[in-house]
Amino acid sequence: MRWGVLQFPGSCDERDALMACERTGAEARLLWHEERDLDGIDAVVVPGGFSYGDYLRAGAIARFSPAMEAVSEFAGRGGPVLGICNGFQVLCEAGLLPGALLLNEDLRFHCRQVELIAGNERLSIPAKHGEGRYYAPEGVLDELEAKGQVVYRYAPRQNPNGSARDIAGVRNETGNVVGLMPHPEHAVDPLTGSTDGLRVFEAVAAAGAGA
Amino acid sequence: MTVEVAKHRELGLTDSEFELIVEKLGREPNDVELAMFSLLWSEHCAYKHSRKLLRRLPTEGERVVMGPGENAGAVEIGNGHAIAFKVESHNHPSAVEPFQGAATGVGGILRDVFAIGARPIAILDSLRFGELDSLRSRHLLDGAVRGIGHYGNSIGVPNVGGEIYFEGPYEHNCLVNAMCLGIAKQADMVRAAAAGVGNRVVLMGASTGRDGIGGASVLASAELGEGDDAKRPTVQIGDPFEESKVLECCLELLEKGLLVSLQDLGAAGLTSSAGEMASAGGVGIDLDVAKVPLREADMEPFEIMVSESQERMLAVVEPAKVGEVIAVCEKWQTGSAEIGVVTDSGQIRILRDGDVVGEMPVEALVDGCPLYDLEPHAPEGWIYGNRVTLRGDATSEETLLALLASPSIASKRWAFEQYDSVVGSRTVRRPESADAAVLQIPEAGNAIAVSIDGNGRRVACDPHAGTIEAVLECAQNLACVGAEPLGLTNCLNFGNPEKPGPAWQLDQAVSGLAEACEQLGVPVVGGNVSLYNEGPEGPIYPTPVVGMVGELPDPARACGSAFIREGDAIALLGPFSPSLAGSELAKQGGVLDAGLPQPDVAAVAAACEAVRNAVRAGKLSSVHDISDGGLACALAECAIGGAIGCSVDVQPLRERGCSPEDALFGEGLGGFLISGERETLEALGATPLGEVGGTTIEVAAGDRSLVTDLDVAAEAWRSLPNFL
Repeated sequence: MRWGVLQFPGSCDERDALMACERTGAEARLLWHEERDLDGIDAVVVPGGFSYGDYLRAGAIARFSPAMEAVSEFAGRGGPVLGICNGFQVLCEAGLLPGALLLNEDLRFHCRQVELIAGNERLSIPAKHGEGRYYAPEGVLDELEAKGQVVYRYAPRQNPNGSARDIAGVRNETGNVVGLMPHPEHAVDPLTGSTDGLRVFEAVAAAGAGA
Repeated sequence: MTVEVAKHRELGLTDSEFELIVEKLGREPNDVELAMFSLLWSEHCAYKHSRKLLRRLPTEGERVVMGPGENAGAVEIGNGHAIAFKVESHNHPSAVEPFQGAATGVGGILRDVFAIGARPIAILDSLRFGELDSLRSRHLLDGAVRGIGHYGNSIGVPNVGGEIYFEGPYEHNCLVNAMCLGIAKQADMVRAAAAGVGNRVVLMGASTGRDGIGGASVLASAELGEGDDAKRPTVQIGDPFEESKVLECCLELLEKGLLVSLQDLGAAGLTSSAGEMASAGGVGIDLDVAKVPLREADMEPFEIMVSESQERMLAVVEPAKVGEVIAVCEKWQTGSAEIGVVTDSGQIRILRDGDVVGEMPVEALVDGCPLYDLEPHAPEGWIYGNRVTLRGDATSEETLLALLASPSIASKRWAFEQYDSVVGSRTVRRPESADAAVLQIPEAGNAIAVSIDGNGRRVACDPHAGTIEAVLECAQNLACVGAEPLGLTNCLNFGNPEKPGPAWQLDQAVSGLAEACEQLGVPVVGGNVSLYNEGPEGPIYPTPVVGMVGELPDPARACGSAFIREGDAIALLGPFSPSLAGSELAKQGGVLDAGLPQPDVAAVAAACEAVRNAVRAGKLSSVHDISDGGLACALAECAIGGAIGCSVDVQPLRERGCSPEDALFGEGLGGFLISGERETLEALGATPLGEVGGTTIEVAAGDRSLVTDLDVAAEAWRSLPNFL
């Protein structure tokens, strides 16, 4: 198993994501934003940060990068892709995931440990963002819920940003592309607070294995 | 001649300084030269009122890798790695435009750290504002916090700690001090000294514009022939995306061994960077301003030389490597231009398209500024006034709640949650969870702890003792997580040094800083001085901000400050003998006065060692240093943090001669509130006070005894957002 972690100018969490992938027992390498060659890569992380300064709109420039074109093709072939925070924004901008991330309800950046509900599990993972309020039209939200595409929700009273229906993360219809605002790569080490994030990486890798 | 005299005065040079420049040049300076001299001979660059005092500070130690004079100091952490760190002020820009002022303060301190080849791994900040009932203070607080968050969050460096105080004397002149730590392989570290005649000078990063020609704005007045374009905002605008690219670019260049030396562009821009690089290397530098990438084509040579545009770095590069350097800059999509050459002339020469437009001996420009002796004179008594906000007949419960709700003591969660504290995967103790931030250093197989502190009110009461307290407070915070101090950085924020009162405060504070560092054996590896911090009502509280970095072997054992277990014993460790002098309660009661008890450094150091050893041995459940608001507030913080009550009796402090009120709310050095198994605490020689448990905070203190519901205390302590 080998992960590729995208690196844009302005990425912040790419080295953390690389280490997190390695902690799952897999190999991992950085993929420069100008690379198109994903040969030998089994799964991709689009990491957090402020790609290209997030100028214009978060993720709006990164989606046009050569590496993201390759990732779109990879995802189309069923390759597993995990977008974290800015990566989630990029995947939404690229049309690989439904919905959009808006400015937090109170217009402030928040960094705090949040409880997520993932199926029957509860995960403790840090969230840190200023533009993480998940939005989609009501009809789309109904459809996402009906099809089981809402894979991560903030636990009651844990929603830090005003996301619709407490949605923290969603997947595409085929299940190989997952995006979430909280940072599982910052919950892989008991010393820094939690290891619950490993399960997010494992779930995405498993989705790829099934594809 | 009369025109020239007016011009140099407008630029802040005295007549005798101007005459000295004429003497050193053998002629009158032209406009370019005068602009450059006026900046490098300013207090900000030349430290002309503080350099003599700073010679008192101990700067050497076994673990020191780089000391004062470099872009940042650095201490060895093990396995060939060093921790670089520095604190710097951005006070006046923040008072004018808090968001950009604070943001560029963070940007500047980050550049200082990566300029020596260290990857930034943490930011802390120390902020001072006026009282929150002032609209201006709320505006400054909000802007500064958003600015710090914006820059640090965007660049991916965690903000792991800090402090904020609200005091009247900062109403007009807020303080924004930012500290940055970085990690470097010692082999990759680089100094700022230019070397190698014939080597090229390369300017990297953002282009150069008219922004930030602040101190020099008068330059662009009619006398220099420039027009109205000069009326620009003087605060620089930060672009963390640009800095992120320049940061990665510089670290890659250093890792590949492509740079001879590196320096960031801060105050006074190219003038100070080129001047200081040449001075440190004992060489000359020729710069051609026509080769500097500009935002506006019609900039004059003096504007290019003094521009403070952000996100720029200056490097010295061997001629054969220039192509490779430019290629790395292009990879990171950041600017680069070869703008000059290292010479053996001992001169800084400014050219425009090959024509010399300025030429000065480096020695005269950088080291020629006369250093002044202060004329200190102690002010009579307490000069900052008093304001009563708490009735004299308030009950102990009311007093505790008033103290917990004081914005200076209350939880700063509102602020620190706006900062990313976890990026980088190093943060083992986040803000508010322990007395110092703890970061793991896998590169060396250990961890570091860092704390920043400086209670200006107490320093105002007694600048010498108050500054010793600031140093010891940091040492106590480090001890709480089991860390031993390695080095210290400081930012001396004071009023006008040409006035006898602030001069005396500065002199006393530096003496205190030197004394505390000597006695603790902690070297000062860098720092910054910010003077002339005054508003219409007078000077700020004298505010030496101390940032201390320590080492701990096992981050898993770093103790938190919150109570964790019902039934644990609570004890007091250390030579704590509190009094109301300089305390938060004295402030609220309106009875502040000059004077503080004299600190016993050796006794506090011994207590720190005992706590450090106990924490490292994993013997304690919690440790919290007793600080603002005294024992009662420290207890409440431990209890609120752990969501468990406590019950204690302060009789042991009564036996040390404290009144019930002193024991509850008095402040002073050397007090650690520890919890754990009773026998363990007794074996440490700690004084038992009580027990963890229940849902109330109960303190027996004779006729001042108090019982407060934990929920009520927590509500008061978390009330900061209510003021905003």
